[in-house]
Amino acid sequence: MHIAEGFLPPLHAVGWTVAAAPFVVHGARAVVKEVREHPENTLLLGAAGAFTFVLSAIKLPSVTGSSSHPTGTGAGAVLFRPPVMALLGTVVLLFQALLLAHGGLTTLGANAVAFAVVGPWAGYAAFRLTHGVGGGLLPGVFVALVVADLATYLTTSVQLALAFPDAGSGTAGALAKFLGVFAVTQIPLAIGEGLLGVLLFRVLTVNARPELERLGLLRPVAAPAEGGAR
Amino acid sequence: MSRRTLVTVLLVLGVVALFAVPLLLDGGSSDYSGSDGRATEAIEETGYTPWYESVFSPSGEVESGLFAVQAALGGAVLGYVVGRLRGRRSSTPAAPPVPEAAEAP
Repeated sequence: MHIAEGFLPPLHAVGWTVAAAPFVVHGARAVVKEVREHPENTLLLGAAGAFTFVLSAIKLPSVTGSSSHPTGTGAGAVLFRPPVMALLGTVVLLFQALLLAHGGLTTLGANAVAFAVVGPWAGYAAFRLTHGVGGGLLPGVFVALVVADLATYLTTSVQLALAFPDAGSGTAGALAKFLGVFAVTQIPLAIGEGLLGVLLFRVLTVNARPELERLGLLRPVAAPAEGGAR
Repeated sequence: MSRRTLVTVLLVLGVVALFAVPLLLDGGSSDYSGSDGRATEAIEETGYTPWYESVFSPSGEVESGLFAVQAALGGAVLGYVVGRLRGRRSSTPAAPPVPEAAEAP
């Protein structure tokens, strides 16, 4: 989902940067607020950032004969809500743009919208929806990570289609072309990422139970079955 | 083997299989180029030339090392956090046993 440096026309680059900026600023405030008001959650916050850091560094082979990398942004979105990931995700993108020539400064805005805004929000929405229909924590986490991953690459495809409409078939044709590059490749990766997220949360439900209860993800053990604190 | 351990093993095997099977299926005929790179090629085919270059472009070998550094940093922090959480739990003496199925609605 990294649009390479200089690969968006200046107008698009500026537009996406302006679109991403308020989310990132809001995200930065959300992180500061979280650390100030709940310093006991700082460890978990680190884990959420680290999870994205690891997953977005690893290129994995896929059935299409090309490779791609997962995003890992859904885990933090489930734990701390999406605004926090707007900052953490952008930090990851900045690291890769500056040190790895992966992505870029001119495309940082567009990549942040896909990776740090749309992905986490889509994942979080999917998590709430799964909960709404009676799914437990772990099924919700699985769905959240899969959806966050796919939504990120879908957004990148839309961004590229808007910037480079096909000469004959227009934006729709270009969208089909870029989805052809990203979408199928990404499906097994998204599922793998979902399984990794379940593994992470299985560890957390045992070892970080007080934190998850405070965040409203697990019901306190001692509380009555109904009307327990959320 | 407890049920919990079995589920963990199955999950890990599932992840490994997801990425091993594509490699085995095609018997080494694909080059597994990155999808980001393929998108870049598709754009260049339209005649577009990038108007800005990366401020720092490591060579391929150095780049893979830096990717490894990124993964290592993330893995180290993740391991540190899980280790601390685990240590905290085992150092709390009278902690009640943790039932698995008590999830918020």
